[in-house]
Amino acid sequence: MTDLGSFIVGAVLVIPVVSAALLALLPDDRTTAWLNATAAFLTFISAAVLFLARPSPGRYLIVDDLNVVFIVLSTFVGFTTSVFSASYIAHELETGRLTPLYLRFYHAMYQTLMFGMNLALLSNNVGLMWVAVELSTLTTVLMVGIYRTPAALEAAWKYFLLGSVGIALALFGTILVYLAAHSVVGEGLDAMAWDVLVQNAPQFDPALLNLSFVFLLLGYGTKVGLVPLHAWLPDAHAEGPTPISAVLSGLLLNVALFAVLRFKSIMSANSGALAPGPLMVSLGLLSVIFASFMLYRRTDIKRMFAYSSIEHMGIITFAFGMGGPLANFAGLLHMTLHSLTKSAIFFCVGHIAQVKGTQHMPDIRGLTVSHPVLGWGLVFGVAAIGGLPPMGIFMTEFLIVTTTFARYPVLAVVLGLSLLVALGALLLRLNGLSFGDPHGSAEPAKASFVPIFAHFALVFVAGIWLPPALVIWFQHVANLLG
Amino acid sequence: MDQLALDVAHLFAGGLVLVSFMLLYQDRMTGLVNVFALHALVVSSSVAWQANIQQAPHLYITAAIALAVKAFVIPMALHRIIVRLGIHREIDPVVGIGQTMLAGIGLVALSIMVMLPITAQAGTLAREDLAFALSVVLLGLLMMISRRNAVSQVIGFMSIENGLILAATGAKGMPLVVEISVAFSILVALIVIGVFLFRIRERFDSVDIHTLHEHRGEQP
Repeated sequence: MTDLGSFIVGAVLVIPVVSAALLALLPDDRTTAWLNATAAFLTFISAAVLFLARPSPGRYLIVDDLNVVFIVLSTFVGFTTSVFSASYIAHELETGRLTPLYLRFYHAMYQTLMFGMNLALLSNNVGLMWVAVELSTLTTVLMVGIYRTPAALEAAWKYFLLGSVGIALALFGTILVYLAAHSVVGEGLDAMAWDVLVQNAPQFDPALLNLSFVFLLLGYGTKVGLVPLHAWLPDAHAEGPTPISAVLSGLLLNVALFAVLRFKSIMSANSGALAPGPLMVSLGLLSVIFASFMLYRRTDIKRMFAYSSIEHMGIITFAFGMGGPLANFAGLLHMTLHSLTKSAIFFCVGHIAQVKGTQHMPDIRGLTVSHPVLGWGLVFGVAAIGGLPPMGIFMTEFLIVTTTFARYPVLAVVLGLSLLVALGALLLRLNGLSFGDPHGSAEPAKASFVPIFAHFALVFVAGIWLPPALVIWFQHVANLLG
Repeated sequence: MDQLALDVAHLFAGGLVLVSFMLLYQDRMTGLVNVFALHALVVSSSVAWQANIQQAPHLYITAAIALAVKAFVIPMALHRIIVRLGIHREIDPVVGIGQTMLAGIGLVALSIMVMLPITAQAGTLAREDLAFALSVVLLGLLMMISRRNAVSQVIGFMSIENGLILAATGAKGMPLVVEISVAFSILVALIVIGVFLFRIRERFDSVDIHTLHEHRGEQP
């Protein structure tokens, strides 16, 4: 079993690398888009097998109960996004927004990004994880700027500056963690391995850990998009290609959050260290409040959903900050459902923006009349992301608010009110977008609906019935997180 | 470890902080790039010295990379960019140089006050090195926010990286991963300079990123 496990872990990492090289070399053709999708599919299948066969933890890589959830989710959304990307990119080629050469670059970068994220999730080494997060930051910076319009360049530049400062702070935090560990564990690789760190965390010097967590939270928090470190996020989402917005919101933010969670478990294992919860709760709550009010004044459709991502990352960070089995469970489930819903929304939005030729919301009206499938898809997506019952996100938000109410009623009231504010903003915009007289082009969209429906079906089913096996698994992980 | 070895290590680390201050008061592009080359030279000597006293030969590689790439290749590329764009004089600080220097002194004091008590157990070498490294990182951040020009921001970012190298080598026995990552970040700096500056040039005839703000996607 162990050997199969190592083989599978290898596959999850090697498939993206090989296909990135292939996609960079192959001549530009429509087939490359499908090669991209096939590679993503194979990666997903390999990741799913990790549930069954898992290797024993090594010096560099580890598969444990926590990261297997993240990796399967991440490869799944990576796969569906690549299917969406195939039809999206075909349209961009037709309209000449992307040249074949840039397309090659885009596909290679897409797979490199997948590699970076998988490596970050699988790594058993704080340094290796840092390198992987940096790699994924870089690839997304390049992809955000791919249209080379002034706005895209500004977005990429801003993302690069803030992202790399964040990542620099995270490296400083990582070095401090090593310093805290090496006097206990000894020098070398052991002092950077997750499993060793968590085991020995009670003996680490609390002062060093405190300082390192501040740097790590600020550093990786920049990548999560927590307010006040979020400035790059709306621009990067709005100006890059829509598949990248979907991957950013659905996956990359999760990867950064995963890093914070790993370090949080080290912190909570040490009784002398600062409790990480309150810091995460306050940053999370601040993000929710800020983003829900910012939702009102948006005129760009992708920018609006980017703010919604900030709001949801805030909710998830809040939930993990609260801690305890129930809040952690809700946080995990919320993260999963948010990834699925938000990426499906971006799939819809991508096609809508292509058909209408604009992202400016006042110019988009009456979608349910002109494009029924996309229009109703958007309605469903917004209802789900806004937290209307019976969709899954309603359930997790309800869980988070009620469990908070039992412990800190004031926080629960603030959180609940902000959620309502956000819902109001989304519904207000949705009304203009989806209903009324159609406005603009009514050409049928050449869209791939399968990924959209697949995601929405999962979100809908999750709201009504969760498979018991999944519930047990998530409860188990929630207990591990403490 | 004998006292002389420690003193020399501290000399290099303190020198790096000093050069970071020199970066802050440059008022010409060419001067700024030259001082950055000096910054890289100091950090590479510091790393080489650490390699010597820690008997960690792999650190020589880090030192060599820092020397070759950051002290020679990148400054030369930056000089060419500056000449091509004709921006010898444009430093364009946001706040006056005097205030920036004062803020810088405050940051150094802050990092010493934060680091020294905390790292009391970590051994003399790591202690001072970390305090100096945090100062360099903070000064780099200060430089990034106090300059409007894209080239100075890139230099500010690279000086942050130098500070991180100082911290990483000060932490005794930190595994090779860090060196890989450091080499990696040098690559980042290269890509960024190449891709972004030339793209920005292509579109705007200026590397002042302030002009970029006109193109924000968000209309009120």
